[in-house]
Amino acid sequence: MSDIANRVKKIVAEHLSIEEDKVVASANFSEDLGADSLDTVELVMAFEEEFGVDIPDDAAEKILTVQDAVDFLSEQSKAA
Amino acid sequence: MLRRVVVTGLGAVSPLGGNLKTTWDRLISGHSGIGKVQRCDTTDLPVSIGGEVPMGEEPGQLNVDDYLSGKEQRKVDTFIHFAIAASDQALADSGYKAETEEQQDRSGVMVGSGIGGLPGIYDASITLKERGARRVSPFFIPSTLVNLASGNISIRNQFRGPNHATVTACSAGAHAIGDAARMIAFGDADVMLAGGAESAICPIGIAGFAAARALSTRNDEPEKASRPWDIHRDGFVMGEGSGVMVLEDLEHAKKRGAKIYAEVVGYGLSGDAHHVTSPPDDAHGAYRAMKMARERAGLNPEDIDYINAHGTSTPAGDLGELRAIKRFLDGKTDHVSISSTKSAIGHLLGAAGGIEAVFSVKAIENQIAPPTLNLDEPEPESEGIDLVPHKAKERKITYAMSNSFGFGGTNSSLIFKKFES
Repeated sequence: MSDIANRVKKIVAEHLSIEEDKVVASANFSEDLGADSLDTVELVMAFEEEFGVDIPDDAAEKILTVQDAVDFLSEQSKAA
Repeated sequence: MLRRVVVTGLGAVSPLGGNLKTTWDRLISGHSGIGKVQRCDTTDLPVSIGGEVPMGEEPGQLNVDDYLSGKEQRKVDTFIHFAIAASDQALADSGYKAETEEQQDRSGVMVGSGIGGLPGIYDASITLKERGARRVSPFFIPSTLVNLASGNISIRNQFRGPNHATVTACSAGAHAIGDAARMIAFGDADVMLAGGAESAICPIGIAGFAAARALSTRNDEPEKASRPWDIHRDGFVMGEGSGVMVLEDLEHAKKRGAKIYAEVVGYGLSGDAHHVTSPPDDAHGAYRAMKMARERAGLNPEDIDYINAHGTSTPAGDLGELRAIKRFLDGKTDHVSISSTKSAIGHLLGAAGGIEAVFSVKAIENQIAPPTLNLDEPEPESEGIDLVPHKAKERKITYAMSNSFGFGGTNSSLIFKKFES
């Protein structure tokens, strides 16, 4: 697993108070991991913080699963 | 026809302990919960003392993990932690659960607070200033709103009846209990969790109250700083915590065989219409609140056995209340014991009326008046009045009254009666 994926996993587990091994790539934040709308906003903020990027609202709306987050952040780090 | 309302459950979190039993035992044995403030840096503040809730895993301390997961804790400010702990205790004590939909619809919450999530507002303001709007948490607003104590308690227990909150400064807890009792009396609900919660000990809270010249600056002797009616008092000491009770329609309580502590027989409320932070010299608003409560209860002055006074330890406030009480009792003070439990726990602001109502009910239950600590040299005007100095006093208590007065000139008095079927 990539470094980015590991960091995403850690953030998700910490913010949603769940075991890291439940944070699989295909997991949907709200449907599988119990995040409500405010949790999701907070998660995106945590990603911004960790990776030093800005995630605009329209992009944030498309980040629904762990893999979506990893993909988006990987793209950003390539661009940078 | 108004329904009779009784108290069937009690809960508390205070500077004396994380639960009611520890709090009450230490209160009656004359302990102080006041110390140096630990939670925030007070180096640049004029006041460095307060009554903080002891947090930790030791017996008698508050362990928030017993009530909320780490994730849940992060989403609400400290006053809501306290409110949830106290309301969980009260509900467990009452043995009541809202299980059917009808029970849920007939159960409500009314937990007030003076300021709500002041530490959270302080932290978010710094985040906004230093790191920008995009770093402000989506949980900031719901974690700090005053009524989110009630909101969270409602969700937690599936209480779907009245979901309300008072914000009347240091009267908030008492107003919540009085108003919730009326909701039950009117038939809007059968059961209400009611009281107050506060956690405002943070740099901006201390600085603000200190700027208003409301706080004691006896920083070197924390345990002696809260000294209601003592001639050397110099202001109140900030405290924090929560006091919540289960109020219930008498018939509802009887039907389920509930343990009944006391009946809510009197409630009075008034405004000073005088000044934002100071009472008038004769505290006529306080007098009228007490009188209204007594008349509602159909009592004579000599019926009142114990008064848990507002008694914050401020020079003007204590004297005004003393004068108002004398007038309220028509000068007949031989029969009554009056104490201020703020001498032990400090001023819990919006939670004060909640926890002091809980203490008043416990005083009836145990037939004992809690002490007024540090009352070494009483105000000359208190001569001949039993202010329960230093030590708790066993005595007959059939009727106990609890006073709460707040900034804005808002006053409230509650009268509880020992329950007799």
